[in-house]
Amino acid sequence: MARAVTTNRKIITSAAAWTIALIIFFPIFWTILTSFKTEAQAINDPPLFFNFDWTLENYAIVQERSDYMKFLWNSVIVAGGSTLLGILIAIPAAWSMAFVPSKRTKDILLWMLSTKMLPAVGVLYPISLIFVEFNLLDTRGGLIVVLMLINLPIIVWMLYTYFREIPGEILEAARMDGATLKEEILYVLTPMAVPGIASTVLLNFILAWNEAFWTLNLTAANAAPLTAFIASYSSPEGLFFAKLSAASTMAIAPILILGWFSQKQLVRGLTFGAVK
Amino acid sequence: MATKASRSAARIMMAPAVVLLLGWMLVPLTMTLWFSFTKYLPLRGDSIERGLDWVGFDNYARFLSSSSFWPSVQTTLIMVGGVLIITVVLGILLAMLLDQPIWGQGVVRILVIAPFFVMPTVSALVWKNMLMDPVNGIFAHIWRFFGAAPVSWLSDASLSSVIMIVSWQWLPFATLILLTAIQSLDSEQLEAAEMDGAPALKRFWFIVLPHLSRAITIVILIQTIFLLSIFAEIFVTTGGAFGTRTLTYLIFQRVIDSQNIGLGSAGGVYAIILANIVAIFLMRIVGKNLDT
Repeated sequence: MARAVTTNRKIITSAAAWTIALIIFFPIFWTILTSFKTEAQAINDPPLFFNFDWTLENYAIVQERSDYMKFLWNSVIVAGGSTLLGILIAIPAAWSMAFVPSKRTKDILLWMLSTKMLPAVGVLYPISLIFVEFNLLDTRGGLIVVLMLINLPIIVWMLYTYFREIPGEILEAARMDGATLKEEILYVLTPMAVPGIASTVLLNFILAWNEAFWTLNLTAANAAPLTAFIASYSSPEGLFFAKLSAASTMAIAPILILGWFSQKQLVRGLTFGAVK
Repeated sequence: MATKASRSAARIMMAPAVVLLLGWMLVPLTMTLWFSFTKYLPLRGDSIERGLDWVGFDNYARFLSSSSFWPSVQTTLIMVGGVLIITVVLGILLAMLLDQPIWGQGVVRILVIAPFFVMPTVSALVWKNMLMDPVNGIFAHIWRFFGAAPVSWLSDASLSSVIMIVSWQWLPFATLILLTAIQSLDSEQLEAAEMDGAPALKRFWFIVLPHLSRAITIVILIQTIFLLSIFAEIFVTTGGAFGTRTLTYLIFQRVIDSQNIGLGSAGGVYAIILANIVAIFLMRIVGKNLDT
Protein backbone atom coordinates (compact mmCIF):
# COMPACT_ATOMS: atom_id res chain seq x y z
CA MET A 1 0.00 0.00 0.00
CA ALA A 2 1.37 3.33 -1.08
CA ARG A 3 0.34 5.13 2.07
CA ALA A 4 2.06 2.68 4.41
CA VAL A 5 5.24 3.05 2.41
CA THR A 6 5.24 6.83 2.76
CA THR A 7 4.54 6.66 6.51
CA ASN A 8 7.38 4.22 6.95
CA ARG A 9 9.60 6.46 4.94
CA LYS A 10 8.60 9.44 7.01
CA ILE A 11 9.50 7.58 10.20
CA ILE A 12 12.95 6.72 8.87
CA THR A 13 13.74 10.19 7.51
CA SER A 14 12.42 11.82 10.69
CA ALA A 15 14.52 9.57 12.87
CA ALA A 16 17.61 10.26 10.76
CA ALA A 17 17.03 14.00 10.67
CA TRP A 18 16.43 14.23 14.41
CA THR A 19 19.50 12.14 15.22
CA ILE A 20 21.73 14.34 13.08
CA ALA A 21 20.15 17.54 14.37
CA LEU A 22 20.70 16.48 17.97
CA ILE A 23 24.33 15.56 17.27
CA ILE A 24 24.93 18.95 15.65
CA PHE A 25 23.24 20.75 18.51
CA PHE A 26 24.92 18.64 21.20
CA PRO A 27 27.93 20.93 21.96
CA ILE A 28 25.56 23.82 22.62
CA PHE A 29 23.19 21.66 24.67
CA TRP A 30 26.11 20.29 26.68
CA THR A 31 27.46 23.78 27.36
CA ILE A 32 24.10 25.03 28.60
CA LEU A 33 23.64 21.92 30.75
CA THR A 34 27.13 22.12 32.26
CA SER A 35 26.61 25.74 33.21
CA PHE A 36 24.11 24.54 35.83
CA LYS A 37 26.50 22.03 37.43
CA THR A 38 29.11 22.48 40.12
CA GLU A 39 32.72 22.27 38.95
CA ALA A 40 33.05 18.78 40.43
CA GLN A 41 29.90 17.58 38.71
CA ALA A 42 31.04 19.12 35.44
CA ILE A 43 33.96 16.71 35.17
CA ASN A 44 32.19 13.72 36.73
CA ASP A 45 32.95 10.33 35.16
CA PRO A 46 30.59 9.15 33.69
CA PRO A 47 29.16 12.48 32.49
CA LEU A 48 26.01 13.58 34.31
CA PHE A 49 22.98 14.35 32.20
CA PHE A 50 20.04 15.38 34.33
CA ASN A 51 20.74 13.67 37.63
CA PHE A 52 22.60 16.45 39.38
CA ASP A 53 21.73 19.35 41.69
CA TRP A 54 21.01 22.27 39.44
CA THR A 55 22.75 25.44 40.56
CA LEU A 56 23.04 29.03 39.39
CA GLU A 57 26.24 29.73 41.29
CA ASN A 58 28.42 29.76 38.14
CA TYR A 59 26.45 32.64 36.71
CA ALA A 60 26.90 34.58 39.94
CA ILE A 61 30.64 33.81 40.06
CA VAL A 62 31.22 34.82 36.44
CA GLN A 63 29.38 38.10 36.87
CA GLU A 64 31.09 38.88 40.16
CA ARG A 65 34.62 37.95 39.16
CA SER A 66 34.84 39.46 35.73
CA ASP A 67 32.10 42.03 35.55
CA TYR A 68 30.26 40.25 32.77
CA MET A 69 27.79 43.10 32.34
CA LYS A 70 30.55 45.43 31.17
CA PHE A 71 31.58 43.07 28.36
CA LEU A 72 27.96 42.50 27.43
CA TRP A 73 27.39 46.23 27.25
CA ASN A 74 30.50 46.66 25.09
CA SER A 75 29.20 43.98 22.73
CA VAL A 76 25.81 45.65 22.49
CA ILE A 77 27.30 49.10 21.87
CA VAL A 78 29.90 47.94 19.37
CA ALA A 79 27.65 45.59 17.39
CA GLY A 80 24.70 47.98 17.50
CA GLY A 81 26.75 51.09 16.77
CA SER A 82 28.63 49.62 13.83
CA THR A 83 25.44 48.23 12.30
CA LEU A 84 23.56 51.50 12.65
CA LEU A 85 26.43 53.55 11.24
CA GLY A 86 26.86 51.09 8.38
CA ILE A 87 23.16 51.22 7.52
CA LEU A 88 23.17 55.03 7.45
CA ILE A 89 26.08 55.06 5.01
CA ALA A 90 24.88 52.12 2.93
CA ILE A 91 21.26 53.14 2.33
CA PRO A 92 22.03 56.05 -0.01
CA ALA A 93 24.71 54.04 -1.81
CA ALA A 94 22.50 50.98 -2.30
CA TRP A 95 19.59 53.20 -3.32
CA SER A 96 21.53 54.92 -6.06
CA MET A 97 22.98 51.63 -7.34
CA ALA A 98 19.57 49.98 -7.47
CA PHE A 99 17.60 52.85 -9.04
CA VAL A 100 20.16 54.85 -11.00
CA PRO A 101 22.41 52.08 -12.23
CA SER A 102 25.28 53.09 -14.47
CA LYS A 103 27.78 51.08 -16.45
CA ARG A 104 30.08 51.05 -13.47
CA THR A 105 27.55 49.92 -10.85
CA LYS A 106 28.43 46.27 -11.28
CA ASP A 107 32.14 47.01 -11.01
CA ILE A 108 31.65 49.10 -7.90
CA LEU A 109 29.61 46.35 -6.24
CA LEU A 110 32.23 43.75 -7.05
CA TRP A 111 35.02 46.04 -5.91
CA MET A 112 33.22 46.57 -2.60
CA LEU A 113 32.93 42.83 -2.17
CA SER A 114 36.62 42.49 -2.94
CA THR A 115 37.56 44.76 -0.02
CA LYS A 116 35.92 42.10 2.14
CA MET A 117 38.52 39.65 0.85
CA LEU A 118 41.46 41.73 1.99
CA PRO A 119 43.08 39.60 4.70
CA ALA A 120 42.72 41.51 7.95
CA VAL A 121 46.07 40.31 9.21
CA GLY A 122 47.78 42.01 6.25
CA VAL A 123 46.77 45.41 7.57
CA LEU A 124 46.81 44.66 11.31
CA TYR A 125 49.88 46.73 12.12
CA PRO A 126 48.96 49.85 10.10
CA ILE A 127 45.52 49.83 11.71
CA SER A 128 47.07 49.49 15.19
CA LEU A 129 49.42 52.40 14.40
CA ILE A 130 46.51 54.56 13.26
CA PHE A 131 44.62 53.57 16.38
CA VAL A 132 47.54 54.56 18.60
CA GLU A 133 47.98 57.82 16.71
CA PHE A 134 44.33 58.81 17.20
CA ASN A 135 44.01 57.38 20.72
CA LEU A 136 41.48 54.84 19.51
CA LEU A 137 43.11 51.72 20.94
CA ASP A 138 40.79 49.95 23.36
CA THR A 139 37.93 52.35 22.72
CA ARG A 140 34.46 51.38 21.64
CA GLY A 141 34.40 54.20 19.09
CA GLY A 142 37.42 52.83 17.22
CA LEU A 143 35.99 49.35 17.18
CA ILE A 144 32.63 50.61 15.92
CA VAL A 145 34.33 52.26 12.94
CA VAL A 146 36.40 49.19 12.06
CA LEU A 147 33.52 46.73 12.34
CA MET A 148 31.34 49.09 10.34
CA LEU A 149 33.95 49.16 7.57
CA ILE A 150 34.40 45.39 7.39
CA ASN A 151 30.64 44.81 7.23
CA LEU A 152 29.84 47.75 4.94
CA PRO A 153 30.22 45.71 1.72
CA ILE A 154 27.76 43.10 2.98
CA ILE A 155 25.32 45.78 4.11
CA VAL A 156 25.46 47.54 0.73
CA TRP A 157 25.02 44.25 -1.12
CA MET A 158 22.09 43.13 0.99
CA LEU A 159 20.28 46.44 0.69
CA TYR A 160 21.01 46.53 -3.04
CA THR A 161 19.34 43.15 -3.59
CA TYR A 162 16.33 44.22 -1.54
CA PHE A 163 16.04 47.60 -3.24
CA ARG A 164 16.24 46.05 -6.68
CA GLU A 165 13.00 44.22 -6.00
CA ILE A 166 11.13 47.47 -5.44
CA PRO A 167 9.39 48.32 -8.72
CA GLY A 168 10.96 51.41 -10.30
CA GLU A 169 7.60 52.53 -11.74
CA ILE A 170 6.42 53.56 -8.28
CA LEU A 171 9.42 55.82 -7.88
CA GLU A 172 8.87 57.30 -11.32
CA ALA A 173 5.24 57.98 -10.46
CA ALA A 174 6.35 59.78 -7.32
CA ARG A 175 8.82 61.79 -9.38
CA MET A 176 6.10 62.73 -11.86
CA ASP A 177 3.97 63.96 -8.99
CA GLY A 178 6.77 66.33 -8.16
CA ALA A 179 8.38 64.53 -5.25
CA THR A 180 11.89 65.74 -4.54
CA LEU A 181 14.69 63.27 -4.11
CA LYS A 182 14.47 63.62 -0.35
CA GLU A 183 10.74 63.02 -0.31
CA GLU A 184 11.12 60.13 -2.68
CA ILE A 185 13.53 58.41 -0.34
CA LEU A 186 11.73 59.32 2.86
CA TYR A 187 8.09 58.68 1.97
CA VAL A 188 8.11 56.27 -0.97
CA LEU A 189 11.20 54.17 -0.80
CA THR A 190 11.74 53.80 2.92
CA PRO A 191 8.36 52.28 3.83
CA MET A 192 8.79 49.66 1.11
CA ALA A 193 12.36 49.01 2.10
CA VAL A 194 11.79 48.60 5.84
CA PRO A 195 11.57 44.78 5.84
CA GLY A 196 14.81 44.52 3.86
CA ILE A 197 16.54 47.06 6.07
CA ALA A 198 15.38 45.21 9.18
CA SER A 199 16.80 41.92 7.91
CA THR A 200 20.06 43.63 7.04
CA VAL A 201 20.29 45.15 10.51
CA LEU A 202 19.62 41.81 12.15
CA LEU A 203 22.18 39.86 10.17
CA ASN A 204 24.90 42.47 10.51
CA PHE A 205 24.30 42.82 14.20
CA ILE A 206 24.94 39.08 14.49
CA LEU A 207 28.08 39.27 12.32
CA ALA A 208 29.45 42.21 14.33
CA TRP A 209 28.60 40.50 17.62
CA ASN A 210 30.59 37.44 16.63
CA GLU A 211 33.54 39.21 14.95
CA ALA A 212 36.69 37.87 16.53
CA PHE A 213 39.79 39.27 14.84
CA TRP A 214 39.63 43.01 15.38
CA THR A 215 37.79 42.68 18.68
CA LEU A 216 40.61 40.48 20.00
CA ASN A 217 43.44 42.57 18.59
CA LEU A 218 42.27 46.13 19.18
CA THR A 219 40.88 45.93 22.71
CA ALA A 220 42.21 45.36 26.20
CA ALA A 221 40.37 46.06 29.44
CA ASN A 222 38.04 48.91 28.56
CA ALA A 223 36.35 48.18 25.27
CA ALA A 224 36.63 44.39 25.16
CA PRO A 225 33.37 42.77 24.05
CA LEU A 226 32.22 39.23 24.84
CA THR A 227 34.45 37.60 22.19
CA ALA A 228 37.53 38.83 24.04
CA PHE A 229 36.00 38.07 27.43
CA ILE A 230 35.50 34.42 26.45
CA ALA A 231 39.00 34.21 24.95
CA SER A 232 40.40 35.02 28.39
CA TYR A 233 39.21 31.54 29.41
CA SER A 234 41.74 29.93 27.07
CA SER A 235 44.40 29.96 29.78
CA PRO A 236 42.37 29.07 32.86
CA GLU A 237 43.37 28.34 36.43
CA GLY A 238 41.92 25.37 38.29
CA LEU A 239 38.55 23.86 37.60
CA PHE A 240 36.65 25.97 35.14
CA PHE A 241 34.35 23.87 32.92
CA ALA A 242 31.17 25.00 34.66
CA LYS A 243 32.22 28.65 34.75
CA LEU A 244 33.32 28.55 31.10
CA SER A 245 29.91 27.07 30.27
CA ALA A 246 28.05 29.75 32.17
CA ALA A 247 30.07 32.51 30.51
CA SER A 248 29.59 30.92 27.08
CA THR A 249 25.87 30.45 27.57
CA MET A 250 25.47 34.10 28.46
CA ALA A 251 27.55 35.17 25.47
CA ILE A 252 25.63 33.16 22.88
CA ALA A 253 22.08 33.15 24.28
CA PRO A 254 21.01 36.58 23.01
CA ILE A 255 22.39 35.96 19.54
CA LEU A 256 20.96 32.43 19.28
CA ILE A 257 17.51 33.85 19.88
CA LEU A 258 18.01 36.67 17.37
CA GLY A 259 19.50 34.18 14.92
CA TRP A 260 16.51 31.88 15.03
CA PHE A 261 14.32 34.80 14.10
CA SER A 262 16.59 35.76 11.23
CA GLN A 263 17.13 32.36 9.62
CA LYS A 264 14.89 33.18 6.64
CA GLN A 265 16.83 36.35 5.82
CA LEU A 266 20.16 34.72 6.47
CA VAL A 267 20.30 32.90 3.13
CA ARG A 268 19.64 35.95 1.03
CA GLY A 269 21.84 38.16 3.15
CA LEU A 270 24.91 36.02 2.99
CA THR A 271 24.56 34.95 -0.63
CA PHE A 272 24.30 38.53 -1.89
CA GLY A 273 20.85 37.73 -3.22
CA ALA A 274 22.14 35.00 -5.51
CA VAL A 275 20.14 32.25 -3.76
CA LYS A 276 16.55 32.95 -2.83
CA MET B 1 15.10 57.21 -17.72
CA ALA B 2 17.61 58.48 -15.27
CA THR B 3 18.18 62.18 -15.71
CA LYS B 4 21.50 63.95 -15.51
CA ALA B 5 20.51 65.46 -12.17
CA SER B 6 19.60 62.12 -10.68
CA ARG B 7 22.89 60.69 -11.95
CA SER B 8 24.95 63.25 -10.15
CA ALA B 9 22.76 62.87 -7.07
CA ALA B 10 23.38 59.14 -7.24
CA ARG B 11 27.09 59.76 -7.37
CA ILE B 12 26.91 61.96 -4.28
CA MET B 13 24.92 59.35 -2.42
CA MET B 14 27.38 56.65 -3.29
CA ALA B 15 30.32 58.81 -2.29
CA PRO B 16 30.46 58.19 1.49
CA ALA B 17 30.45 54.41 1.14
CA VAL B 18 32.92 54.42 -1.73
CA VAL B 19 35.29 56.96 -0.15
CA LEU B 20 35.27 55.18 3.21
CA LEU B 21 35.93 51.78 1.70
CA LEU B 22 38.58 53.23 -0.58
CA GLY B 23 40.31 54.79 2.42
CA TRP B 24 39.90 51.61 4.45
CA MET B 25 41.55 49.70 1.63
CA LEU B 26 44.22 52.11 0.41
CA VAL B 27 45.62 53.72 3.56
CA PRO B 28 46.56 50.56 5.49
CA LEU B 29 47.53 48.80 2.27
CA THR B 30 49.95 51.58 1.35
CA MET B 31 51.44 51.48 4.84
CA THR B 32 51.84 47.71 4.70
CA LEU B 33 53.53 48.01 1.30
CA TRP B 34 55.88 50.70 2.60
CA PHE B 35 56.78 48.75 5.77
CA SER B 36 57.39 45.61 3.75
CA PHE B 37 60.35 47.32 2.05
CA THR B 38 61.92 48.58 5.30
CA LYS B 39 63.70 47.29 8.36
CA TYR B 40 61.12 47.97 11.03
CA LEU B 41 61.74 46.51 14.49
CA PRO B 42 59.97 48.77 17.04
CA LEU B 43 61.57 46.90 19.96
CA ARG B 44 65.02 47.88 18.66
CA GLY B 45 64.08 51.50 18.39
CA ASP B 46 62.97 51.75 14.77
CA SER B 47 60.15 54.23 14.33
CA ILE B 48 58.49 56.15 11.55
CA GLU B 49 59.51 59.50 13.09
CA ARG B 50 63.18 58.58 12.97
CA GLY B 51 62.86 57.18 9.48
CA LEU B 52 62.94 53.56 8.42
CA ASP B 53 65.84 51.99 6.53
CA TRP B 54 64.91 50.92 3.01
CA VAL B 55 65.94 47.29 2.49
CA GLY B 56 64.40 46.54 -0.90
CA PHE B 57 63.04 43.04 -1.31
CA ASP B 58 64.95 41.60 1.67
CA ASN B 59 61.82 40.98 3.75
CA TYR B 60 60.09 39.28 0.83
CA ALA B 61 63.04 36.97 0.25
CA ARG B 62 63.38 36.20 3.95
CA PHE B 63 59.67 35.51 4.39
CA LEU B 64 59.67 33.10 1.42
CA SER B 65 62.84 31.32 2.51
CA SER B 66 61.80 31.02 6.14
CA SER B 67 61.16 27.42 7.10
CA SER B 68 57.64 28.25 8.30
CA PHE B 69 56.38 29.72 5.03
CA TRP B 70 55.52 26.71 2.86
CA PRO B 71 54.14 24.65 5.76
CA SER B 72 51.83 27.57 6.56
CA VAL B 73 50.61 27.79 2.96
CA GLN B 74 50.03 24.05 3.00
CA THR B 75 48.16 24.27 6.31
CA THR B 76 46.01 27.08 4.95
CA LEU B 77 45.09 25.10 1.84
CA ILE B 78 44.35 21.91 3.78
CA MET B 79 42.25 23.79 6.29
CA VAL B 80 40.20 25.74 3.74
CA GLY B 81 39.92 22.74 1.40
CA GLY B 82 39.02 20.33 4.20
CA VAL B 83 36.31 22.56 5.62
CA LEU B 84 34.91 23.23 2.13
CA ILE B 85 34.71 19.53 1.24
CA ILE B 86 33.15 18.53 4.58
CA THR B 87 30.59 21.32 4.68
CA VAL B 88 29.57 21.05 1.01
CA VAL B 89 29.26 17.23 0.94
CA LEU B 90 27.52 16.94 4.31
CA GLY B 91 25.53 20.08 3.53
CA ILE B 92 24.11 18.53 0.32
CA LEU B 93 23.19 15.29 2.13
CA LEU B 94 21.67 17.14 5.07
CA ALA B 95 19.76 19.54 2.84
CA MET B 96 18.28 16.62 0.89
CA LEU B 97 17.29 14.93 4.14
CA LEU B 98 15.66 18.08 5.52
CA ASP B 99 13.81 18.54 2.24
CA GLN B 100 11.90 15.29 2.91
CA PRO B 101 8.66 15.37 4.89
CA ILE B 102 9.66 14.94 8.54
CA TRP B 103 7.97 15.51 11.85
CA GLY B 104 9.04 18.65 13.67
CA GLN B 105 10.81 20.17 10.66
CA GLY B 106 10.88 23.64 12.21
CA VAL B 107 12.61 22.46 15.36
CA VAL B 108 15.10 20.33 13.41
CA ARG B 109 16.00 23.36 11.31
CA ILE B 110 16.54 25.47 14.40
CA LEU B 111 18.81 22.86 15.97
CA VAL B 112 20.85 22.45 12.78
CA ILE B 113 21.31 26.18 12.18
CA ALA B 114 22.30 27.00 15.78
CA PRO B 115 26.10 26.53 15.57
CA PHE B 116 26.36 29.32 13.01
CA PHE B 117 25.33 31.87 15.62
CA VAL B 118 27.87 30.80 18.22
CA MET B 119 30.77 33.26 18.39
CA PRO B 120 34.09 31.74 17.21
CA THR B 121 35.85 32.09 20.56
CA VAL B 122 33.01 30.26 22.31
CA SER B 123 32.80 27.39 19.85
CA ALA B 124 36.57 26.95 19.86
CA LEU B 125 36.78 26.90 23.67
CA VAL B 126 33.74 24.67 24.10
CA TRP B 127 35.16 22.12 21.64
CA LYS B 128 38.64 22.38 23.12
CA ASN B 129 37.53 21.78 26.69
CA MET B 130 34.11 20.23 26.93
CA LEU B 131 34.47 17.87 23.97
CA MET B 132 38.14 17.39 23.11
CA ASP B 133 39.81 17.52 26.50
CA PRO B 134 41.82 14.28 26.70
CA VAL B 135 40.74 13.63 30.33
CA ASN B 136 37.36 15.22 30.95
CA GLY B 137 36.03 15.81 27.44
CA ILE B 138 32.99 13.99 26.10
CA PHE B 139 35.07 12.34 23.38
CA ALA B 140 37.43 10.95 26.04
CA HIS B 141 34.41 9.51 27.89
CA ILE B 142 33.09 7.90 24.69
CA TRP B 143 36.53 6.52 23.79
CA ARG B 144 36.96 5.05 27.27
CA PHE B 145 33.44 3.58 27.15
CA PHE B 146 34.49 1.60 24.10
CA GLY B 147 37.75 0.63 25.75
CA ALA B 148 39.95 2.84 23.59
CA ALA B 149 42.64 5.21 24.82
CA PRO B 150 41.42 8.84 24.72
CA VAL B 151 42.98 11.01 22.01
CA SER B 152 44.81 14.27 22.76
CA TRP B 153 42.90 15.90 19.96
CA LEU B 154 44.48 19.33 19.81
CA SER B 155 48.07 18.14 20.06
CA ASP B 156 48.04 14.77 18.21
CA ALA B 157 45.37 15.47 15.59
CA SER B 158 45.48 19.23 15.79
CA LEU B 159 44.81 20.22 12.18
CA SER B 160 41.93 17.73 11.81
CA SER B 161 40.53 18.95 15.11
CA VAL B 162 40.54 22.58 14.02
CA ILE B 163 38.98 21.54 10.69
CA MET B 164 36.30 19.69 12.66
CA ILE B 165 35.53 22.73 14.82
CA VAL B 166 35.38 25.11 11.86
CA SER B 167 33.28 22.65 9.84
CA TRP B 168 30.80 22.45 12.70
CA GLN B 169 30.49 26.23 12.58
CA TRP B 170 29.98 26.40 8.81
CA LEU B 171 27.92 23.27 8.10
CA PRO B 172 24.69 25.08 9.10
CA PHE B 173 25.43 27.84 6.62
CA ALA B 174 26.04 25.43 3.73
CA THR B 175 23.00 23.35 4.67
CA LEU B 176 20.68 26.32 4.87
CA ILE B 177 21.71 27.73 1.50
CA LEU B 178 21.61 24.34 -0.24
CA LEU B 179 18.24 23.59 1.36
CA THR B 180 16.87 26.85 0.02
CA ALA B 181 18.17 25.94 -3.43
CA ILE B 182 16.75 22.39 -3.30
CA GLN B 183 13.34 23.69 -2.34
CA SER B 184 13.18 25.68 -5.56
CA LEU B 185 13.70 22.49 -7.58
CA ASP B 186 10.73 21.62 -9.76
CA SER B 187 9.40 18.42 -8.17
CA GLU B 188 7.51 17.48 -11.34
CA GLN B 189 10.77 17.05 -13.15
CA LEU B 190 11.96 14.61 -10.49
CA GLU B 191 8.67 12.72 -10.54
CA ALA B 192 8.81 12.44 -14.32
CA ALA B 193 12.33 11.05 -14.09
CA GLU B 194 11.17 8.59 -11.44
CA MET B 195 8.27 7.46 -13.65
CA ASP B 196 10.68 6.94 -16.52
CA GLY B 197 12.55 4.57 -14.23
CA ALA B 198 15.66 6.65 -13.49
CA PRO B 199 17.29 5.24 -10.33
CA ALA B 200 17.76 7.54 -7.30
CA LEU B 201 21.48 8.01 -7.87
CA LYS B 202 20.95 9.04 -11.48
CA ARG B 203 18.18 11.42 -10.49
CA PHE B 204 20.56 12.99 -8.01
CA TRP B 205 23.44 13.19 -10.46
CA PHE B 206 21.57 14.49 -13.50
CA ILE B 207 18.81 16.62 -11.95
CA VAL B 208 19.52 17.61 -8.34
CA LEU B 209 23.24 18.27 -8.59
CA PRO B 210 23.09 20.48 -11.73
CA HIS B 211 20.26 22.42 -10.13
CA LEU B 212 22.44 22.96 -7.06
CA SER B 213 25.59 23.95 -8.92
CA ARG B 214 24.97 27.68 -8.57
CA ALA B 215 24.23 27.41 -4.85
CA ILE B 216 27.30 25.23 -4.32
CA THR B 217 29.45 27.84 -6.06
CA ILE B 218 28.03 30.55 -3.85
CA VAL B 219 28.68 28.49 -0.71
CA ILE B 220 32.28 27.90 -1.76
CA LEU B 221 32.79 31.58 -2.60
CA ILE B 222 31.50 32.96 0.66
CA GLN B 223 33.09 30.35 2.87
CA THR B 224 36.47 30.84 1.22
CA ILE B 225 36.33 34.55 2.02
CA PHE B 226 35.74 33.80 5.67
CA LEU B 227 37.91 30.70 5.98
CA LEU B 228 41.07 32.28 4.56
CA SER B 229 41.12 34.61 7.54
CA ILE B 230 40.23 32.09 10.26
CA PHE B 231 41.88 33.41 13.39
CA ALA B 232 40.05 33.06 16.71
CA GLU B 233 39.63 29.29 16.37
CA ILE B 234 43.41 28.87 16.17
CA PHE B 235 44.18 31.63 18.66
CA VAL B 236 42.27 29.98 21.53
CA THR B 237 42.85 26.29 20.71
CA THR B 238 46.45 25.68 19.69
CA GLY B 239 47.91 29.18 19.40
CA GLY B 240 49.35 28.11 16.05
CA ALA B 241 51.27 25.16 17.48
CA PHE B 242 51.17 21.52 16.31
CA GLY B 243 50.95 22.27 12.60
CA THR B 244 47.94 24.56 12.73
CA ARG B 245 49.84 27.69 11.78
CA THR B 246 48.06 29.10 8.75
CA LEU B 247 49.47 31.93 6.69
CA THR B 248 47.19 34.33 8.54
CA TYR B 249 48.46 33.10 11.87
CA LEU B 250 52.11 33.12 10.82
CA ILE B 251 51.84 36.79 9.82
CA PHE B 252 50.05 37.56 13.07
CA GLN B 253 52.93 36.02 14.99
CA ARG B 254 55.57 37.91 13.00
CA VAL B 255 53.83 41.23 13.58
CA ILE B 256 52.56 40.85 17.15
CA ASP B 257 54.79 38.27 18.86
CA SER B 258 58.19 38.95 17.27
CA GLN B 259 57.38 42.59 16.45
CA ASN B 260 59.12 42.29 13.10
CA ILE B 261 56.88 44.67 11.19
CA GLY B 262 58.90 44.66 7.95
CA LEU B 263 58.89 40.88 7.68
CA GLY B 264 55.27 40.59 8.78
CA SER B 265 54.22 43.22 6.26
CA ALA B 266 55.95 41.33 3.46
CA GLY B 267 53.99 38.27 4.59
CA GLY B 268 50.85 40.36 4.59
CA VAL B 269 51.47 41.33 0.98
CA TYR B 270 51.82 37.64 0.07
CA ALA B 271 48.55 36.90 1.88
CA ILE B 272 46.85 39.71 0.02
CA ILE B 273 48.12 38.35 -3.31
CA LEU B 274 46.95 34.84 -2.42
CA ALA B 275 43.52 36.12 -1.39
CA ASN B 276 43.27 38.09 -4.61
CA ILE B 277 43.99 35.06 -6.76
CA VAL B 278 41.03 33.33 -5.11
CA ALA B 279 38.99 36.52 -5.22
CA ILE B 280 39.43 37.18 -8.97
CA PHE B 281 38.38 33.63 -9.73
CA LEU B 282 35.33 33.88 -7.51
CA MET B 283 34.37 37.42 -8.49
CA ARG B 284 33.82 36.29 -12.05
CA ILE B 285 31.14 33.89 -10.88
CA VAL B 286 29.34 36.49 -8.78
CA GLY B 287 29.67 39.00 -11.62
CA LYS B 288 27.99 36.57 -14.00
CA ASN B 289 25.17 36.02 -11.52
CA LEU B 290 24.70 39.77 -11.29
CA ASP B 291 23.72 40.00 -14.96
CA THR B 292 20.91 37.48 -14.78
